[in-house]
Amino acid sequence: MSRLFVARNPRVAARSLDGEMMIMSGRDSTLFTLNRTATILWQAADGRTPLDEIVQTRICAEFDVTPAEALQDAETLARDLASHEILQVSEQPIQSTSLPSEGSR
Amino acid sequence: MTNLLIEMTERARVLGVPLSVQLDLTYRCNERCVHCYLDHDDHGEMTTAEIKHLLDEMAEAGVFILTLSGGEIFLRKDFFEILEHARRLMFCVKLKTNGILIREREAARIRDLGIESIQISIYSYRPEVHDAITLVPGSLKRSLTAIRFLKSQGLRVIVANVLMAENMQDYTGVRALATEMGVECTIDPTITPMMDGNRSTLNLGVRDAALREVFRDPELVGDVDEFCAIPAPAGESDLEATPCSAGHTACYVSPYGDLFPCVQFPLPTGNVRKQRFEDIWRHSERMNEVRSIRIKDLTTCTQCTHVSNCTRCPGLAFMEGNMRGPSSLDCEKSFARTGVASANMLAKKRSGANLVQIRAFPDLAAATA
Repeated sequence: MSRLFVARNPRVAARSLDGEMMIMSGRDSTLFTLNRTATILWQAADGRTPLDEIVQTRICAEFDVTPAEALQDAETLARDLASHEILQVSEQPIQSTSLPSEGSR
Repeated sequence: MTNLLIEMTERARVLGVPLSVQLDLTYRCNERCVHCYLDHDDHGEMTTAEIKHLLDEMAEAGVFILTLSGGEIFLRKDFFEILEHARRLMFCVKLKTNGILIREREAARIRDLGIESIQISIYSYRPEVHDAITLVPGSLKRSLTAIRFLKSQGLRVIVANVLMAENMQDYTGVRALATEMGVECTIDPTITPMMDGNRSTLNLGVRDAALREVFRDPELVGDVDEFCAIPAPAGESDLEATPCSAGHTACYVSPYGDLFPCVQFPLPTGNVRKQRFEDIWRHSERMNEVRSIRIKDLTTCTQCTHVSNCTRCPGLAFMEGNMRGPSSLDCEKSFARTGVASANMLAKKRSGANLVQIRAFPDLAAATA
């Protein structure tokens, strides 16, 4: 099974408010808020770390969930965020661009 | 505002987070609009490094929506460097400009940087009216050209039409022009006093019968009966509410680093060249005073029919002499909308009647003559 890589879309605007990310789509200015799990995924989405590693080290470490179950949920979530152009998803590492690089604020 | 943004703004208010900041990069301008409230000389603008440092601090403090305005922002040679830094910090960036310096190249760079929207001031669809307000011949043509460049890049463009007596007949044409160009249009009849307190610009505004006419245009206000209805009496929650977002979730930073509750509220609360942005935001006594005010604390206004849905601007009230007092310009708007005089207007009328009474002592005047 191939590994997935996720990266923050540089065209969005984002800020953490009380531990939750507010994200404004670069496509149509729609505002989204991410729950805690999605926020962790967003903050870890550097384009280089594989999704299964993010799940293992960041999500399973924080939530009482099995790695297989968490990975399946994370893949669904990543593809959903990608459909809104919030995340980029690829089977290859994703080159970082010169724009938004800081996901943790 | 979308429901989610309203919800997030309320959360930010409770947490004391400055969700939205307007940063004026310069007061210099290549237009000389007759109603402008600014002095266009450069009194020592922040450097590129100072602005970048400020943006870092603002991101740290939780600022999400960053409006870059002026003056004319494109007069700063480092404008794109500042914009790139802002986007790297993931601000939701809105720009306000006259567009005169925007060509294809600038429009493409703005698109690449992923800004949320760009607002361009258009005063009329007729060059003779628009250019007479900006005092720059050919300015309408150049601003419209900029809109076309920006639109061709797929950017969200908003035409801002400030209404004055001079251009009041043209707003329908401006709206039609905006529709034809595929851009949004906002219309605002608010003219503000100059930052130094000079109120002469107010004479340019739309007043009385003309304002009533604007407020009865369904194209602008939607349901006229609802918009112009006399408001319901204020309930407890109305009186416990805060007047507006100034100092609660929003503030303004001048090109010289002075931090104010709002661009329309010239109460200096600190300077970001001397103190951290968040320290001023959280600990300035003046900012905390602004923040402490509830509707129930307002003098005069608490007795007013309009208190539950007045557009009262605390900054305009401050410029009139009392941040807890009424804003006469907003009283005029409430009156134009509903036909009911505000408590402030009635009080002024009463004090006028007193003056008539004082004059009614002919014997005293004769005795001292």
